[in-house]
Amino acid sequence: MGEEVAEVQLSIDSQFENIELVQAVLDASLERLEFDEDSRYWIGIAVREAVANAIKHGNRQDPEKQVGIGLRVVEDTVVIQVQDEGAGFDPTQVGNPLDPENLLKPDGRGIFYMNRFMDAIEYNFGTGGGTLVTMRKRIGSGDPRSGEEDSE
Amino acid sequence: MKVETRQREGVTILEPKGKITIGVGDVALRDAVQGAIESGASNILINMSGVSTIDSSGIGELVAAYTTVTNRGGKLRLYSLPPKVSDILQITQLITVLDILDDEEEAIASFR
Repeated sequence: MGEEVAEVQLSIDSQFENIELVQAVLDASLERLEFDEDSRYWIGIAVREAVANAIKHGNRQDPEKQVGIGLRVVEDTVVIQVQDEGAGFDPTQVGNPLDPENLLKPDGRGIFYMNRFMDAIEYNFGTGGGTLVTMRKRIGSGDPRSGEEDSE
Repeated sequence: MKVETRQREGVTILEPKGKITIGVGDVALRDAVQGAIESGASNILINMSGVSTIDSSGIGELVAAYTTVTNRGGKLRLYSLPPKVSDILQITQLITVLDILDDEEEAIASFR
């Protein structure tokens, strides 16, 4: 592993253009952790989807509400967390985008991509509202497109 | 993200450049497709070669555009997909649902 990567904490307004900032900051951290370019690209997609969900479905684009993003390393795994201030949602209610009746639906693919590109995803719901999404990716685990095979 | 529009052999070609992602790029793509439809286009191609990143919202716009044009009796096809764009469509099995061609010559020929 490369030089030590400090814990990253960001807080953004609920505006989609801020996703670029988040991705740029996290990408720099992932590069220092020696994730290769392809891996960073796919992890970046997962981060984009998580932050977009927080802004759109969590905070419902309320400019008064923030999205918190954190990155830290725990042993051999990078842990990325995205926290919103919304009412929470049930990810199990999102249909499988591969089902024939869903293939041509315009939405419902974001969580599928997050699951595909990361090793593990957890959702926690605060008693006072807000959804905390925790995504884990083992360092050196290769191309995230094969995420299911990388799961431990 | 910008979308340029041109005509070739009666086919409207849309050329998005940059990121087709939530909030900006997806809206630009939607506007470009809507503009083409309102101009009377029924055969539409999207040259994907300039697309650096696409997220689920961008893919949603592609699917919506495909459905809209098809429902109006037209055809919407994609060509010159960068490898990562191709991969992300493959993962959600859209590569088999959408009309995708290798390059502009093949795409134009598909309308003859």
